[in-house]
Amino acid sequence: MKRTLPLVVVFMIGMIVILSEFIPHRPFSKINETLENWFMIISGFAMLLGQISLIQVNTSKIRNRDENWQYNLAGMISFVLMLFVGFMWGMEKAPGLAGHGESLQAVLGMKPFDYLFEYVYTNLSATMFSLLAFFIASAAYRAFIIRSFESNLLMITAVIVILGRSSFGAMLTGWLPESWNILHLPKLTDFIMEFPNSAAQRAIMISAALGIIGSSLRIILGIERSYLGSDK
Amino acid sequence: MPEIMNVVGLYLGAFFTFCIFSFLYRDNPFYKFGEHVFVGLSAAYWLVYIFYKTLMPNLFTKLITDFSGNLILLIPAALGIMMLMRIHPKTTWISRYPLALVIGTSAGISILRYMQSDLLQQLTATMINPVVSGDGVTTIGNFLLIIGTICGIYFFYFSKKQEGVYAVPSKIGIWFLMISFGASFGYTVMARISLLIGRLEFLLKDWLHLIN
Repeated sequence: MKRTLPLVVVFMIGMIVILSEFIPHRPFSKINETLENWFMIISGFAMLLGQISLIQVNTSKIRNRDENWQYNLAGMISFVLMLFVGFMWGMEKAPGLAGHGESLQAVLGMKPFDYLFEYVYTNLSATMFSLLAFFIASAAYRAFIIRSFESNLLMITAVIVILGRSSFGAMLTGWLPESWNILHLPKLTDFIMEFPNSAAQRAIMISAALGIIGSSLRIILGIERSYLGSDK
Repeated sequence: MPEIMNVVGLYLGAFFTFCIFSFLYRDNPFYKFGEHVFVGLSAAYWLVYIFYKTLMPNLFTKLITDFSGNLILLIPAALGIMMLMRIHPKTTWISRYPLALVIGTSAGISILRYMQSDLLQQLTATMINPVVSGDGVTTIGNFLLIIGTICGIYFFYFSKKQEGVYAVPSKIGIWFLMISFGASFGYTVMARISLLIGRLEFLLKDWLHLIN
């Protein structure tokens, strides 16, 4: 029962969603809309589940005084602080439990949640990703170059695209005559993006779509059951 | 007062920017601190965001303003709470029911969405007349587009061993895929460099006012 009933639910709901596409009348159209709304609400709770798991992992490390537990504590403090100001005074135009926090807004110039977002979160996020600029090029060079024809193809395309999308690339090949227009780096980049790149992206999209459709059918028909977990 | 807090905010931003950049030297306590603060803030940000943008308008506001008219919403609310039962090993099985609804809905939607947008539309877009009179470059490009798409799909066909003559289109497919990965890689590098420029601009312009 613990496994069979969920399988029946998956089959019925999956079929209703598919059928509603071909029968765009009540009750199917309404059921589909309701299910999509429920899907969003349950996904919201699933997000909460993820955060509870994060708290459990961090508090366990702090309680056991694991190596570098101080950093987990810093992470938890920032988590609780952001959560507290978010729920107390809301975000953007949404009010929190204690309203909009006008007095705090007068001091900070914005809501505390938005203040932390703008001055701490955004900076941390942008710096974290910009850090990759230093490592990504050298790592890729070491990983791909002079290994095989395919890896060289990858690197050469990457170099063309990087140069083609910068003013330096345009300057490098700006002297080429009009008849050699296609070798002008920005034009060559456009050509690569429009044709060979689109071809590969299409192949990936079509193949992935076939795979996803197949997997979804297996799930709806109850052949694929791994999402139910073990019987324990 | 907001002006002072604005300056405090800029100093906070600069501090955390340097914390993360300190990794360029090597892994160190400042980087670890910034990294963990980032994880904590991101987790809380997304939780608050989901609460105000998804749960509030779709569930709580409707129940608070018109409870009797939205009684049906108690079902997803109960299913959402059942989802949280996954935390305890003994009650994990209860979460299978909301999970079944989520999986069933997403599987049904996936079939329809991918069938329309990724499969049929992409196939239709590939079935073109490649010859464009008076435009040799586009004609060559169109041929490349068709050959690349077919060979790329063939590469992903795993039901038959690709050897001998059957390996040729697969090999061509790999070349096209490599070109695409290279283009994506190039764009990723450009995006990261753009972010780096943004960070330097923040430090030199917004924080230190060294550049205009």
